[in-house]
Amino acid sequence: MKNPLDSLWGTVISGFVLTVILYYVVKALAGG
Amino acid sequence: MLPGIYRWIHILAGIMWIGLLYYFNFVQVAALKAAQADSTAAGITKHVAPRALFYFRWAALVTWIAGAALLGANFGAAFTFQAGYEKIGLGAWLGTIMLLNVWGIIWPNQKKILGIKPATDEEKNKARRVAFLASRTNTMLSIPMLFFMVAQTHIAI
Repeated sequence: MKNPLDSLWGTVISGFVLTVILYYVVKALAGG
Repeated sequence: MLPGIYRWIHILAGIMWIGLLYYFNFVQVAALKAAQADSTAAGITKHVAPRALFYFRWAALVTWIAGAALLGANFGAAFTFQAGYEKIGLGAWLGTIMLLNVWGIIWPNQKKILGIKPATDEEKNKARRVAFLASRTNTMLSIPMLFFMVAQTHIAI
């Protein structure tokens, strides 16, 4: 599998995906 | 008054840090590849990259220090995700990881690439890959980092 960080847009998309994942982590942390 | 000053410095230095990070990732990587093809890469590696790296790494440190000053007595609450501090805490952790990446991985490897620290060709090639991936990691982390910093006061979760 190719490393998404080798591509600029793979990096940006990974950042957005990570934001969504962390959003739910924070929501759970905050008891939401 | 002081928290406002800290916030102002945090944003000023943060723009310089993340702006240069985006310059490296969105502009310089591709430009260097094209410049190597027509033998003009030295213009970037000798004259642009060292200056950009200087402001990049020091802006990163100033951003973190101003952010820590801004958190003030809430520093511990943010970093331990106390109630009400989950969002800024995550933003602060991501920013801290990014700072450590700059000073602990990117800069030591860039010193080898730029010839500031002696290195063999093999060590330079390895340093290029490590610095590139660390820089890309920071670009990726900057997206949620900025989201959660903004979210603390502007986005309900």
